[in-house]
Amino acid sequence: MTRQQLLLTVIIAAALLALPLIGNNYMLRLATTTLMYAVLAMAWNVVGGFAGYPLFGIAAFFGLGAYSGAVVQSSGYPIALAWLFAVVIGTIFAIVLGFILLRLRGHAFAIATLVIAEVLRELTNGWTDVTGGGMGLNLPFFGWSPTALAVFFFYVMLALAAITLVTTWIVANNRLGFALNCIRQNEDAANIVGIDTTRYKIIAFTLSGAFAAAAGAIYASWTGYIEPSDVYDVLFSIKPIIMALLGGMGTVLGPVIGAVAFLALDEIVWRNFLQLHTGVLGFLIVVLILFLPSGLSSIGLHRFWRKAASA
Amino acid sequence: MIFFQYLANGLILGGLYACIAAGFSLVWGVLSIINLLHGAFIVFGFYIAYFSYTMLGIHPFLSVITSAVVLGGLGYFIQLGLVNRVVTRSVLVTLILTFGLELMMNNAMLLSFSADYKKVLLEHPFGIAHFGNVFIPLDRAASTVIAFLLILLLWLVLRLTSVGRAIVAVRFDREAALLMGIDVNKTYAMTFALGAAMAGAAGSLLSVSFPVAPLSGPLFLSKAFVICVLGGVGSVPGAAVGGLFFGLLESFGAVLFGSEYALTLAFVVLIVLLLVRPHGLMGVKGF
Repeated sequence: MTRQQLLLTVIIAAALLALPLIGNNYMLRLATTTLMYAVLAMAWNVVGGFAGYPLFGIAAFFGLGAYSGAVVQSSGYPIALAWLFAVVIGTIFAIVLGFILLRLRGHAFAIATLVIAEVLRELTNGWTDVTGGGMGLNLPFFGWSPTALAVFFFYVMLALAAITLVTTWIVANNRLGFALNCIRQNEDAANIVGIDTTRYKIIAFTLSGAFAAAAGAIYASWTGYIEPSDVYDVLFSIKPIIMALLGGMGTVLGPVIGAVAFLALDEIVWRNFLQLHTGVLGFLIVVLILFLPSGLSSIGLHRFWRKAASA
Repeated sequence: MIFFQYLANGLILGGLYACIAAGFSLVWGVLSIINLLHGAFIVFGFYIAYFSYTMLGIHPFLSVITSAVVLGGLGYFIQLGLVNRVVTRSVLVTLILTFGLELMMNNAMLLSFSADYKKVLLEHPFGIAHFGNVFIPLDRAASTVIAFLLILLLWLVLRLTSVGRAIVAVRFDREAALLMGIDVNKTYAMTFALGAAMAGAAGSLLSVSFPVAPLSGPLFLSKAFVICVLGGVGSVPGAAVGGLFFGLLESFGAVLFGSEYALTLAFVVLIVLLLVRPHGLMGVKGF
């Protein structure tokens, strides 16, 4: 890290930590949402970016985590235990699912992961005794003031995002990251030179699942009410991918930058085109894919700077 | 025998499913694209039939032609103008592009047609035939027959016309086809148009059987996924067989496990097939 980078990191960290002192509840909600999506985008990035597997099912882990946590929390257990339980369930599910699905590649993997969230939604809908089915699940009310809640969940999400970021950084600079990189470039070759591809893929898949499940559990406690069509929404699978694409796939910070940029856009669209929101979102996606194929870095700011300097 | 009733239900359902999946499978096979727009195309075909019937009194089976033409044209230009730009990129990019287009189309349909479910209620239905204890609604049976005729037509187009041969050639070897003087971009656009036309036709056909809302697309789409893998990606006869198989699976699965778990059952079949027979039940040998 150069001194400028260090300085920048310290400033951003300080600004984030101090945000509850400056911002109102609206800003805190926005920031918490952004942090949550940053976690999802980073979780996706481990499988989708590093290993290059087209994962379209982050929503499955997110929803599973939300429901696991919510069920435990509404049975009267402490909130931390509920979140821990969600992470454990997410991890186990990811290991089992990874063992089955990671034999597939390309289109087949994409479709299988795309359907898995729908299947979990159906199962959650059907298991009415535990999940409340289509009626949704209400979580016990804290009894805190709205501001205290907003601040609390902001810090919780910030902590989760920080843990995810550090984990991603460790993965990227580790054997695991190297192995995933090899798998992305040529899985058969990686296998031949002695990389245990199955093991590394499952580890990556499990990391994705665990972090997405944690985000889901915190989301459930934060909003206080969840229903199957909300937490298993396909948009929870797609948006993180778009964020990672936008910020730079397979990099450590890319998904975070993408999450911030995307949600800023998303918020502007929401505010101005309520009825056309999904349509405009779709339009943004199309424009992004067609004109910014390598994300924000393809805008080429350095070229702009060079021109500005020579003028 | 109740068994024969379920058998009949499954086969009738299967014909429609085959029609839904045939175009999807063709596009996936030739373009290597998972076209998430396919579901929205089906829904649009449904609305063409619905409004043709309620406003002009045209029978939905005749609207099949209108839907196929309208959606074929729409598909042609979507492929030529948008999808062709990224067609050689990874599944991640192409799938997200079609997802974005689907969001736009769904939003447009939601605003234009309102969110409630609609279904064509025929004033003069064909009635119901009895074979012993087996009841067959003739409207549905007729739509299944038409569905199979359309699949046959698609298959003949691919076999006999020069456009069809070009599509098959591009599928087998893009570079070689290019060297033989085939305009690959136009061929891709034609393929996508055929897929969209099949989707539109299927939408019109199922308007007499199923209630549909603007956001019903993903439901049909997830069935198309499974059928496509069942029959073998890109194979038109495979889609016909896969559709029938899937119809039977849903019909009997509903009895055994309850209809609310239809998708779960389909997914289990999908995963098992992908792992055990990734080329589908019949294997892929051309079209």
